[in-house]
Amino acid sequence: MVVLAGLGAALLTAVVLNLGMGAVEISPGAVLVLLAERMGLEAGAGAEPVQASVFWSIRLPRLVMALAVGAGLAAAGVGLQGVFRNPLAESQVTGVSWGAAAGAVTAIAAGGAGASPLVPPAAAALGGFAAAMAVYRTARRGRGVEAVTLILAGVAVNAALAAFTGLLVNLAAAQGVRSLAFWSLGTLGGATWESVAVTLLFTVPCLVLLARRAGDLNVMLLGEEEAGHIGLDPRRLRVEVAALAALLTGAAVSAAGIVGFVGLLAPHTVRLLIGPDNRFLLWGAALAGAALTAGADLAARTAAAPVEIPIGVLTSLAGGPFFLWLLRSTRRAQGGWG
Amino acid sequence: MTAVAAEGVGYTVGGKAILAGVDLRAEAGSLLALVGPNGAGKSTLIRALAGDVRPSSGVVQYDGRPVGGFKPRELALVRAVLPQHSNLEFGFTVREAAALGRRARSRMGASSPEEDRAAVDRVLSDTELSGLADRLVPTLSAGERARVMLARVLVQQTPVLLLDEPTASLDIRYQHLVMRLARARAGRGGAVAAVLHDLNLAARYADRLGVMSGGRLAAFGPPRRVLRPDLLSEVYRHPIRVIEHPGEAGLLVVS
Repeated sequence: MVVLAGLGAALLTAVVLNLGMGAVEISPGAVLVLLAERMGLEAGAGAEPVQASVFWSIRLPRLVMALAVGAGLAAAGVGLQGVFRNPLAESQVTGVSWGAAAGAVTAIAAGGAGASPLVPPAAAALGGFAAAMAVYRTARRGRGVEAVTLILAGVAVNAALAAFTGLLVNLAAAQGVRSLAFWSLGTLGGATWESVAVTLLFTVPCLVLLARRAGDLNVMLLGEEEAGHIGLDPRRLRVEVAALAALLTGAAVSAAGIVGFVGLLAPHTVRLLIGPDNRFLLWGAALAGAALTAGADLAARTAAAPVEIPIGVLTSLAGGPFFLWLLRSTRRAQGGWG
Repeated sequence: MTAVAAEGVGYTVGGKAILAGVDLRAEAGSLLALVGPNGAGKSTLIRALAGDVRPSSGVVQYDGRPVGGFKPRELALVRAVLPQHSNLEFGFTVREAAALGRRARSRMGASSPEEDRAAVDRVLSDTELSGLADRLVPTLSAGERARVMLARVLVQQTPVLLLDEPTASLDIRYQHLVMRLARARAGRGGAVAAVLHDLNLAARYADRLGVMSGGRLAAFGPPRRVLRPDLLSEVYRHPIRVIEHPGEAGLLVVS
């Protein structure tokens, strides 16, 4: 409870700072006034028109996008760590992110974005799922997953898919495909209410469906065979959870590019605080991921203003060393990988 | 009254026969001990009975129904399995870890939360873990963890129990506790099959003994019929004597 309250407070702080800070300052009071006016309330001294415009059409959609992307990536991390029974599993590590980028770019280059704004995230999810399964099949051994092979297969799949994405970006530059820098480093700039709606359409149902499998993910902690003894179908759970993780990652990547390591940073921080019970971990990690991404986006916008730093640069700056630490502690826990 | 039967079960990996032509029944109301030297195929037989490995030949049936025809959730209501090695390196409490065994039952709507809680309480008390119920599993000793795993299995309340070395890593007191629990389960109509390395535990508690050797069932029957010095010495390739237990009405195996 204390932990959830703390995460909520961190999230609220990130939200308030995000809405207020930037080229146009909007005080928390002015934010409240703007919200009250929208709800038809008389709110005394009104905010300036430029503030209202920045708030409604730039800052708020961008914030909501950051929250959705962060919550989705963090929950995907919890799911992948659960079904692969590997603390190092995460969208970027397991190839899902680059699979998603490759899928989205392919769909956009083929003109799919014109057909429906839902096509790029759906194609991204397909690409992410295919990449996750390829990595899993390579790393599978008996009823388990080899930690080292999972990482190495992820490296190989990522390299191939990043190259494929780069090739397509260069060949199809005219079709409105975003630059390779967007896909590899990510940004939340340019979020619109339409793109936010598309992302939420994927993220919210997937979060709910993933949460319904939290109890099964707990059973998976015992091991695949033991989970089978208790009545779980591990293969089916793995496919379901990998698909949900791919949908969450696909929505995030097609909207904001690859924002790396959120799926490691948020779940492990929360796991240290509240333990491994996925029923609480999933929502805690979603909260933490939302707060983390909103905080990182705030830094991305304001730290070097007027220049914007790609958000993936910042999350990877924290995530890279964190991954290294996690790698060392995992290897120690598994008694070395000689 | 459920029984599990292996009929002509063979299992071959890479040209090597781990099991060959094994016919075996674990009857309801009976405790069957599987004994034999290392590498005789005891664990593989348990895994075949559990449905974890698919036999290369022959069939495993629960009351005449092939194990391959069960859905995982159905099977979890029929048999519970204690594997030889189990990973419990995560920060659940003893109570939470044991309660995982109730999952199939509660998901099938076959028990209420109150029944689940009562079943967990009873099993924790049976395995003498009540005092440790709120401890985190990684903080326990190896023997305590082994009892948590057993609790997780017992709490499934299945008619068939398959135990692979349930007494390994336990001291004498708890070895006997575990065997009494297995015995009690058989006494209430359960079919229990347990791999045991300690021939004296097998002699004392089992109704039937199956002696495995080289992937085959070398002998099967009540302890007095199976625990013969000549047979055991040959199977274990070590001189073994069998004498009357000085205190109990049973046999004592001495090597």
